[in-house]
Amino acid sequence: MEGIIYKIVFYLFAVLTVGSALVVVTSRNIVHSAFALLFTFFGVAGLYVFLSADFLAATQVLIYVGGILVLILFGVMLTRKVFDVKIFSGAGQVFPAAVGVAVIFFLLATVIVKTPWHLVGERAMEPTTAEIGKLLMTDFLLPFEVASVVLLAALVGAVILIRKEVRPPKVD
Amino acid sequence: MQFAIQWLVDKFSFLSPISILLLISLMFIVGTVVLLLAMLYEGLGTYALRKIGGDIQVRIGPNRVGPVGLLQFLADGVKLFLKEDIVPTVVDKKLFILAPFITFAASCAAFVALSYSDRLVISNLNIGLFYLLAISSLVVIGVIMAGWASNSKWSLLGGMRAAAQIVSYEIPIGLSLLSVILITQSLNMGEIIRSQSGGWGILNWHIFHNPFVFISFFIYFTAALAEVNQTPFDLPETESELVAGYFTEYSGMRFGFFFMAEWGEIFIVSAIAVTLFLGGWQLPIINNLDIHIYLKNLLQLGVFLGKTFLLIYLMLWIRWTLPRLRVDQIMYMCWKVLLPFAFFNIIGTGLWLLIFKGKGIPELVIQLFS
Repeated sequence: MEGIIYKIVFYLFAVLTVGSALVVVTSRNIVHSAFALLFTFFGVAGLYVFLSADFLAATQVLIYVGGILVLILFGVMLTRKVFDVKIFSGAGQVFPAAVGVAVIFFLLATVIVKTPWHLVGERAMEPTTAEIGKLLMTDFLLPFEVASVVLLAALVGAVILIRKEVRPPKVD
Repeated sequence: MQFAIQWLVDKFSFLSPISILLLISLMFIVGTVVLLLAMLYEGLGTYALRKIGGDIQVRIGPNRVGPVGLLQFLADGVKLFLKEDIVPTVVDKKLFILAPFITFAASCAAFVALSYSDRLVISNLNIGLFYLLAISSLVVIGVIMAGWASNSKWSLLGGMRAAAQIVSYEIPIGLSLLSVILITQSLNMGEIIRSQSGGWGILNWHIFHNPFVFISFFIYFTAALAEVNQTPFDLPETESELVAGYFTEYSGMRFGFFFMAEWGEIFIVSAIAVTLFLGGWQLPIINNLDIHIYLKNLLQLGVFLGKTFLLIYLMLWIRWTLPRLRVDQIMYMCWKVLLPFAFFNIIGTGLWLLIFKGKGIPELVIQLFS
């Protein structure tokens, strides 16, 4: 019976994720798309919980919903005339889009089928936080540091973009 | 809950319509009870808010309904329910209706991770504190949604201010909590509280562990005031500039949901402060009592709620005393005052733990005299 409830909740999250992702793509109002992303992110976080990745799920909500989505909303709302943006701009884009989607789908499907997955049986919810921390400080220290350098560069870039131009005083 | 589901499954086969109906009604009843309790707290909260406000400003406050105005919140609640549900014609209808529910649901979802007493824990999450931080960041989405969907300049400005403020102040909050996490090495709310027990009474509380954590508490409390939009930082709803900010266009119970969400958040941030810095449900006298476990847990619940309500009282006190900051002052406060100090505290706590091998001030003093 645990299994049935487990499945029901899993499919609820799956429907939430896919359904809201469909709204993101098809909605004609770009603000609605942005808000629908909230449910997509949230659904993905729920799926992480099913993979016993509790820390990752909370991070997903904290970073994507609390940070990135808010930034997206800021950007969308500060864009003028949001309602006039045409998402379907004629049939001219349908064909290239279909080709692009087909290629990506083929690529992903091939990778999914060909990868030798390590199958782990049913696993109880275990604390993952400490393990993630240890791995980040030992095996994956370099990628971790590189990521922080990238973020630092982005910060410096943002500051440069918004700083006031200070002109040197003119010398006669 | 799980027990009830198990019973239902044993009684009927699982997928029979009756059991599903019973299950849904059970969830409905539990939800109603929880909501009623929440509404009681929020109603009494508004009463306290107005009474304390009256006290501080040398007024009387509500005193007509019931003894000393104690039933005022019932009258207000009935009024909110009976009011016409106005949805202005030019609003973005779907988002306008959805926004209060997202805000309210996010503030309710935070309650499951708290540890109310030794045994009374709704969900014993391993990542409790992190979950609380994550789920309370959902509130801001509802606020932006309300601000945008209202299609009004005041609401939009309020929503934008709220977003900027809440996103900024989340950073000092997270960093100031980290210095406690360094000491406890756990994110589980119950374990954080248990690590503050010991023979030295309130001196075992983390706030007295070392000077850096002491500063962290004040950074957290200041940033938390801004996170829940309380007065020195209530820019999103300044009545003198923005009418009511992001919920200007809301009326009746939809407004009520925003209001309740705000009170829920006030409780959550106070409870986090109590859990991390002030010993949670522990009080030295109660810890040593030799009584039945249920009675002990009940007392602990009382201690936890008492400490939390004291902090809420402090918030209301500040709310009715201090004038409001300007927008640029709020940003200055966050990024140039609180943030550097929070970093300083993390490094300081780390060094302290390294030098004194994880011992707090009380333990060091004992060592000195023995």
